[in-house]
Amino acid sequence: MKKVLLPLFFWMLPLWAGAVEGPKLDSVSLDVYDQTSLRRGARLYADYCLGCHSMKYQRYSRMAHDLGMSENEVKKDFLHGDGKITDVMKVSLKKSLGEKWFGVTPPDLSLIVRARGADWVYTYLRSFYQDPKRSNGDNNQVFKDVAMPNALWELQGIRRAVYAADGETVARLDTVQKGRLTAKEFDSAVADLVNFMAYVAEPAQLERSHYGKYVLLYLLILAVLFYHLKKEYWRDVEGPSE
Amino acid sequence: MQKRIAASLLAWIDDRFPLTKLWNEHLAKYYAPKNFNFWYFFGSLALVVLVSQLLTGIWLTMHYKPSAALAFDSVEYIMRDVDWGWLIRYLHSTGASAFFIVVYLHMFRGLLYGSFKKPRELVWLIGMAMYLALMAEAFMGYLLPWGQMSYWGAQVITSLFGAIPVIGDDLMQWIRGDYLVSDATLNRFFALHVVAVPLVLVLLVVLHIMALHQVGSNNPDGIEIKKKKNRAGVPLDGIPFHPYYTVKDLFGVVVFLLIFCWAVFYAPEMGGMFLEHPNFMPADAFKTPEHIAPVWYFTPFYSVLRAVPDKLGGVIAMGAAIFLLFLLPWLDRCQVRSVRYRGILFKSALTLFVVSFLGLGYLGTQPVTPEATLFARLFSLLYFAFFLLMPLYTRWDKTLPEPERLTLSPPLRQRQEWYWRLLIRGVDAALASEATQRARAFGEQILYRLKKYISSP
Repeated sequence: MKKVLLPLFFWMLPLWAGAVEGPKLDSVSLDVYDQTSLRRGARLYADYCLGCHSMKYQRYSRMAHDLGMSENEVKKDFLHGDGKITDVMKVSLKKSLGEKWFGVTPPDLSLIVRARGADWVYTYLRSFYQDPKRSNGDNNQVFKDVAMPNALWELQGIRRAVYAADGETVARLDTVQKGRLTAKEFDSAVADLVNFMAYVAEPAQLERSHYGKYVLLYLLILAVLFYHLKKEYWRDVEGPSE
Repeated sequence: MQKRIAASLLAWIDDRFPLTKLWNEHLAKYYAPKNFNFWYFFGSLALVVLVSQLLTGIWLTMHYKPSAALAFDSVEYIMRDVDWGWLIRYLHSTGASAFFIVVYLHMFRGLLYGSFKKPRELVWLIGMAMYLALMAEAFMGYLLPWGQMSYWGAQVITSLFGAIPVIGDDLMQWIRGDYLVSDATLNRFFALHVVAVPLVLVLLVVLHIMALHQVGSNNPDGIEIKKKKNRAGVPLDGIPFHPYYTVKDLFGVVVFLLIFCWAVFYAPEMGGMFLEHPNFMPADAFKTPEHIAPVWYFTPFYSVLRAVPDKLGGVIAMGAAIFLLFLLPWLDRCQVRSVRYRGILFKSALTLFVVSFLGLGYLGTQPVTPEATLFARLFSLLYFAFFLLMPLYTRWDKTLPEPERLTLSPPLRQRQEWYWRLLIRGVDAALASEATQRARAFGEQILYRLKKYISSP
């Protein structure tokens, strides 16, 4: 049987290789327990994203609790004295205006990391470049002709594409205007931002990994107990051999 | 005093309801073969998962809103604002996958030891009906979160009914309650998922167990234990289900829960297998996802569907792939039940069947490419060959003589198979580790203090 199965297995290997599609993504390592990183990410989100993209499932009060901030701090820094601490992170931008400016309503980003994956969001946010052919002036290497302009340009700087011989594919990106952050600082800022978005995608992940270990420990003890209980009951069936 | 009251209460009930009779017939005096092995855990585990699904399902309906406008939001509300809502939801979503894992292993056990063969045909048929009901239950439940995969998965599967000649289009509309999957579809799927199908499932469980207890359980040797009885009419190789198998299954349940809870707490998405990534985007009738794939437990049949170039042909092939399972008791012409005493033909056929089922399952999660289609066709052929050629190869197969009495498996430490040796080595390493030693010392100290405390005046 092994003689049949092994070649079959190796014959199928190319299928796995072929399964990877789409643009190559940079990987980002996240740590949703790093509260300072989450706070930096929340700050960036409020400053650069929340103008257009709501997080309609995320309450400020929950954020204050999970990120280790006081409610007053959040009220002052994020709500600016406007609205209640139990509000969700809505945008002031009207739906019709969003459509008028960008052609589409900017999507809610509460769950974007769960839908697209952290690596995708991380790479996407760092892949904008200036493109005069586009009405909003920007294009993106991960999401071609996306409606969104580069919201982080003042941090990243402005980059322009150098095209390959065919005039279509982007060979490399040249920085034409420096941003406020160096390339390394920018990557780390985007990582913070994605980290915050990953937290918002599932705030319960903090709870589940906290309780999980106790549940497993309890079950482990129970398993040992039940194993011996079974042994005890089965002694007269199996005999004393074991 | 208390004993007397309990006895008279029991007598009072027994005069009016066959409580003791039921208890004896199905537990205390139901004699099961004493050599059940690993594969025999999955029946009771399926029952545990069913109960868990019913309970978590009831609690989910307390907060879920079955409407196209609110469904997606209400699931996120459960995940964030309902106390322990995330736990209830993950228990339910992980439970769906666990249900299929357990049921597939339970069915595979039937294949291994010939549990579907005479006189257990009805046990098998009722079980297959449950499998169908379970598929319907899972399919309709998957629409409820109203994400992109919920929506488009339902769109694709309901459109299959449209392939039926003459009545197809009307039938499809009748099922959807609309021209497309919509609010009307969501509402009826909710009703069916929450009320109708669970009722059918529970009823079928009762019938399955009643039919099983009528004929008695099969065993890894595939021989009848009822042939050899003692003077009291008790099978020599039988032991009462309660307490022997209740305590054994209790251990099985805890081991299962260890794995299950690991998934619930640490990997509820299972890398996109249990909860698909696109399902975290709300359903959008105007945006078709690039790649529509059902959840893993349907992918073997989805692969068969895609392997056939014609839509109606694909639907027929998919239906046949499931229907053939019903016919197993009559396709198998072999004189012995258990794989232990069957010949090389059946063993090879079963191995190829498992490979093709897993292969089809994997391919069903992947986008269509020419190579993938080639493999899907090859595996589909193997899948169908397993059933259609069964009357021949089971008749030609050279079987081994069956034993008169059950063969008991040797104690764990004396088993020679590589997987048992691996398990023993793992357990030994864990027991010898410093952490275990410390935990044991800690436990012993507590016991010692407890004893001292109790014995002190």
